[in-house]
Amino acid sequence: MKKVLFLMVAFALAAAGSAQKPTTDVSISLPAGFSSTVMAKSLGRARHLAVNSNGDIYVRLERLKNGNGILRLRDKNGDGKIDDTTGFGNYVGTGIALKGGYLYASSNTGVFRYKMNGTEPDVAHPETIVKDLVDRGQHNSKSITLDNAGNLYVNIGAPSNACQGQDRVTGAPGQDPCPLLEIAGGIWQFKADKQNQSYAEGVRYATGIRNVVGLDWNTATNTLFAMQHGRDGLQDYKIFPDSIAVELPAEEMLEVSKAGDNFGWPYCFYNQFEAKKVLNPEYGGDGKKVGRCADVKPPVIGFPGHMAPNGLLFYTGSQFPDRYKNGAFVAFHGSWNRTPLNQKGFFVVFVPFKDGKPSGDWEVFANGFAGKENITSPGQAVYRPCGLAQGPDGSLYVSDDVKGTIWKISYKK
Amino acid sequence: MTKVIFVACLFFPVLLFAQAKKPQPKARAKTGSLTTVSIDRGKTVYSQFCLSCHQADGSGVPNMNPPLIKTKWVLGPKTVLIQQVLKGSQGKVEIDGDTFHNTMPAQAQLTDQQIADVLSFVRNSFGNKASMVTPAEVKVVRAKTK
Repeated sequence: MKKVLFLMVAFALAAAGSAQKPTTDVSISLPAGFSSTVMAKSLGRARHLAVNSNGDIYVRLERLKNGNGILRLRDKNGDGKIDDTTGFGNYVGTGIALKGGYLYASSNTGVFRYKMNGTEPDVAHPETIVKDLVDRGQHNSKSITLDNAGNLYVNIGAPSNACQGQDRVTGAPGQDPCPLLEIAGGIWQFKADKQNQSYAEGVRYATGIRNVVGLDWNTATNTLFAMQHGRDGLQDYKIFPDSIAVELPAEEMLEVSKAGDNFGWPYCFYNQFEAKKVLNPEYGGDGKKVGRCADVKPPVIGFPGHMAPNGLLFYTGSQFPDRYKNGAFVAFHGSWNRTPLNQKGFFVVFVPFKDGKPSGDWEVFANGFAGKENITSPGQAVYRPCGLAQGPDGSLYVSDDVKGTIWKISYKK
Repeated sequence: MTKVIFVACLFFPVLLFAQAKKPQPKARAKTGSLTTVSIDRGKTVYSQFCLSCHQADGSGVPNMNPPLIKTKWVLGPKTVLIQQVLKGSQGKVEIDGDTFHNTMPAQAQLTDQQIADVLSFVRNSFGNKASMVTPAEVKVVRAKTK
């Protein structure tokens, strides 16, 4: 049985002098025993977030709000609501993380960090850790995570759909080899404490990955996990019937077990129905041919296509029931490339893990963000889940980048 | 309300003098249908070549594919709009402070008529109301674009 909690959410007021827009109720459904509260709303384009040991929430913005790209939210009087908000960092971006006494934040070309003096980041003295990464617009957000050995991992999305000579032109051949793989289409490793690094100082830690927004270091396996956004427009090749085509290729959960792992983009896509990587049509594929894809690494899980996994978090807390420990939460932003069928996603799922591997099917954990069923275009979604973070008490935080809403999800027996 | 009265006034004499007034409504209907037919054809072109990115309701995709609802591109100079279809775009389209990053493939393979139809459809759908685009206008821009 699912317990449904109704959250009263008021739309932003119209400009002064004009009529107030109607209030909309959006219900977030959760498994029995879980409840959610809205910690903050109307923050703007809230992408990823991080929660400090004192409960402060750091939110990364994709569009400046009052000149700030990072918000610090604090609940001073402990009533469960944010009552003290400040901002800093005059650059937009997606990635944010707290590690080793520093706050790390990415722009679309690099990574900065701020020393934490107690609970306050030294906002006047950001250090440039990584710079001059490629930003050609498409897939330019740089997501970050850190391991426990002093390394920083940065996704560099490929500014392309399938590395064709003419991007997104159905039938245009793929470039072979794909030159973008030298500077993008993978995850790069840098030193977490060394300033002014770029490609020359970094290591291409994983390659053949089109674009990643959600990634996390799994402390149980001591490996990097990342959620790939699969290619668009495969259905335009009419290889599969519409009902199958819209589900392809899979959105992949990837585990990088060792430096240099190759996941096959742009040459290959993953067909989750047949559990194998096959050639993309731009590289001679017909939906069946495997070719060079026999040598690339398959995903840990293949989710339905185009759902846009934007947040990944391995749960290490003790608040949630035991089955959630070391399992993965994934925030799906929701699709746009599934016509003529309805769009899909707009929810947070959970994948149970045991001994470092999924121990069961993925399940919807938090749903209802879109505000209605049968979404035909992403613009209809009231909220779109984007970032995930774990609080010091083991609560799960979810951000939305349509209106800038932060939910806190807790469990009580 | 004014419009209803106007229409009623227009058709009342038609009912009274049906024989004499016949040609006028016919002519009006014909003009209207030409516009409608072009927009209808445009909808078909839109569904085939534009819809998966710009969406069924023209709302686009945040950060990726620009919306087509009352934007400066859609309602602005027809020459710029026609060029956009003929040449496509390399992303980084800015609308009201938001940037849209996905590449738009050039659609130069469409005929002058198809481009006129689809742009007339877009300029008169999704809440837009703007003048029609004619094949002759597309032809002129295409000649200059080459």
